[in-house]
Amino acid sequence: MATFIIRRLIASFFVLLAATYIMYVLTALAGDPLEDLRTSTAPNALQLIEARTQLLNLDVPPYLRYFIWLAGVAGCFVGNCDFGVNVQGQDVTIQLTQALGQTLQLVTTASLLAIIVGLAIGITTALRQYSGYDYTVTFFSFLFFSLPIFWVAVLLKQFIAIGFNDFLRDPEIPPVVIAAFSVIAALLWSSILGGNTRKRIIVAVVAGASTAVTLAYFNLADWLSDPSLGIVAVGLTAIGIAFGITAISTGLRNRRALYGSLAVAVLAIVLYYPLKFYVFPLMSLGLFLGMLVLTVALTGAVGFVIARRDRWQAFRTTALVGLLVILVMSLDQYMSFWEAYSDSSRIRGRPVATVGAFTPNLGGNFWIQGIDSFTHLLLPTIALILVSLASYTRYSRATMLEVLNQDFIRTARAKGLTERTVIVRHAFRNALIPIATIVAFDIGALVGGAVITERVFGWTGMGQLFVKGLEATDPNPVMAFFVVTGTLAVLFNLVADLVYAALDPRIRVNA
Amino acid sequence: MTMSQQPETSEPTPTVTDAENNAQLKEIAGLSQGQIVRRRFFRHKGAVASMAVLTFVVILAFTSVGLSIGDWRVPGWWQWNWSQLAPVQNRTVPSMTLVPQFLGGPGINIGDHPFGQDEVGRDTFAVVMRGAQQSLMVMVIVGLVATTIGTVLGAVAGYYRGLTDSILMRFTDVIITIPVIVIGAVLGRAFGNFGAGVLGVVIGLFAWTGLARLVRGEFLSLREREFVDAARVAGASDTRIIFRHILPNAVGVIIVNTTLLMAAAILLETALSYLGFGVQSPDTSLGKIISDNQAAFSTRPWLFWWPGLFIVIIALCINFIGDGLRDAFDPRQKRLPGARALAKSAGLDRAAIVVTTRAQSRGDTAVPEPDKPDTPPTRDR
Repeated sequence: MATFIIRRLIASFFVLLAATYIMYVLTALAGDPLEDLRTSTAPNALQLIEARTQLLNLDVPPYLRYFIWLAGVAGCFVGNCDFGVNVQGQDVTIQLTQALGQTLQLVTTASLLAIIVGLAIGITTALRQYSGYDYTVTFFSFLFFSLPIFWVAVLLKQFIAIGFNDFLRDPEIPPVVIAAFSVIAALLWSSILGGNTRKRIIVAVVAGASTAVTLAYFNLADWLSDPSLGIVAVGLTAIGIAFGITAISTGLRNRRALYGSLAVAVLAIVLYYPLKFYVFPLMSLGLFLGMLVLTVALTGAVGFVIARRDRWQAFRTTALVGLLVILVMSLDQYMSFWEAYSDSSRIRGRPVATVGAFTPNLGGNFWIQGIDSFTHLLLPTIALILVSLASYTRYSRATMLEVLNQDFIRTARAKGLTERTVIVRHAFRNALIPIATIVAFDIGALVGGAVITERVFGWTGMGQLFVKGLEATDPNPVMAFFVVTGTLAVLFNLVADLVYAALDPRIRVNA
Repeated sequence: MTMSQQPETSEPTPTVTDAENNAQLKEIAGLSQGQIVRRRFFRHKGAVASMAVLTFVVILAFTSVGLSIGDWRVPGWWQWNWSQLAPVQNRTVPSMTLVPQFLGGPGINIGDHPFGQDEVGRDTFAVVMRGAQQSLMVMVIVGLVATTIGTVLGAVAGYYRGLTDSILMRFTDVIITIPVIVIGAVLGRAFGNFGAGVLGVVIGLFAWTGLARLVRGEFLSLREREFVDAARVAGASDTRIIFRHILPNAVGVIIVNTTLLMAAAILLETALSYLGFGVQSPDTSLGKIISDNQAAFSTRPWLFWWPGLFIVIIALCINFIGDGLRDAFDPRQKRLPGARALAKSAGLDRAAIVVTTRAQSRGDTAVPEPDKPDTPPTRDR
């Protein structure tokens, strides 16, 4: 194993070296870095040309200049990185750190959501193969896969940002829209849950009616101007989460796990006001993360204590319930600051942002800042999810179908296991093996990220570093971008192989 | 009805597998490989419809405004040209109306400028058609170049194995490390001025990596088969074995992936042109039209809608065709005949068939090869 990893690392190192050489030379030859000065009419143009030539070593031909650059980057191994300077003489290393931060902020949420939603859709379509739901989802994944992202992004800016902001000025959902949403919800849920005609009709009626009632309530209470959940909605959601997670994770027949989950839900209701008045006002990022970890540990312990058998299974279930419930409670807290955010002097009632990563000089506490990030992330995240959803959906559907066709699934059904056990424990777990490698692979590609999206939404991330550098025929920023993305891609490619070998016993890593 | 309920003394009834295989064999009896593939492809309604739409778009794009390659010009049947400045009519609003008169609309009418005009009077239809020509051309050239390189390198690496394989695959690793959009942007900046054809060639020079790996995999497994041994024993040369014996068997993988590659290529070209690293003025492409006009969305949205619509139509059609081809070439994809057809062909009663087809459909796939799965196609973001 160790030999395999070391061999792969050495090979990857040389592959990366060759790739950076190609990139460097091509970038340097792609244009003329002195173009703007040559056509300049400034009296000191000659001196400026001279100065830039000195600064960027332009007198050295690119295939040799690479080694000057390489010497700087090699300093990374001794903790002294030097990615050189850009055309303006700014230090690229500092720009790189800033760009990395923005890109991670932009792409992490989108990728996580795309993976979760894509898996959920892929697996439900596999379970309802050749249904209307399956065909609809298939068509839309092809459609989304064929959308140019810059086109989607401009449409989102136009309709979601401008249109939705106009709508929020006087949020009154028209009855036609309520009816349309209700019908869609009814069709969607009845075809996902499936079953016989009777069950489908019941599901459709319940889903449609509850959607209609919720939207009508939004209108009546002017909810969209001042959204909130309150203790009743939080409590009901917590109980719903407890039942839902237990049903998928252990099955409702495992009474002790169910009691554990419900105990967590009750705990949430009891702690609702103490948290809201004593903990949430003090919130900072560190405290928030600490609170999440503590919640997982404590609620997991609840399940662990209550269950007598299969204690880790109960731990998993209640911890997941606890995590989701605390997130719902945080959502409630965010909502309570929504009106303050929306009416603030920097926002002026147009909350959905189209440019940049944050509102400058906004101020405010943790929750206000959180809402600000959310409104800025909303549009690029939707755009990114739309175009990357399709490959996850198609891939997880294909993998799940492949697993469901295996003999051991038939055996599991034949020996009378419940459908939940067959699907979750026998099929889903095995389908996750190839999916896990894809996810590892995609995390590696995460930072290289979103060149076009960043451009459209005006984020100064890695993509912008690359595009700006290339426009100025400036290899240093371009190479800083490429070294980081290339290294991560190569490393996570190795991780993907190792994950696959670790999860699938049929694969042996032979050194 | 299950098998355990069968009286043990009776004649052994044909199992489901037999019934289904019979139906399937009967269906394809006497057909060549190509005929089988064609039949399966034409069964995929989405793919056939896409084929028709794509053909229409291609013909429309290339005949309407004619061709212009270098100094060689062929005029089209459309009255305007993509660079011609026409007098502005009706404040550049599109003249096409589609609501018929009996519905209270102005009737189906094309008018002088069906897609409208831009602010200096250029006809949007002509510009979009020229853009579609360029984007289609880049797409096809990328497909041809990348497929040729990928197939040859993959075939040589997979057939000769050993040192050749190692060198070629390390080379592939180097190229695959550089994301296509990154290398495309760098090359587009260097070669965008030379026109769409050159842009297509240089992108194609770096887009072959995925295909090379797949072809290599196919060759590695096909070269161990008996028919290759037979050819070698009969004295066939390496070239002959590669091109006459192995390649025809790998053609499914190649065609399917070329299609998907071309769908990715048109999105890549439009994205590069949008970023300013693709086709350059005075020529145009679908991505460049959108890039030039995105600020005018609120005043002249048609300059934005039409090129985008054409990108989506072309990419969607090609993706559907690729899906149809995959179904047609994939031998594991058994399309189960309906229970009635099955019963008719095997002379069994329907209840038995239903039970058995379900069992069959769950159990007939072979155990998957225990190696890393193909990565799903990724998108430029």
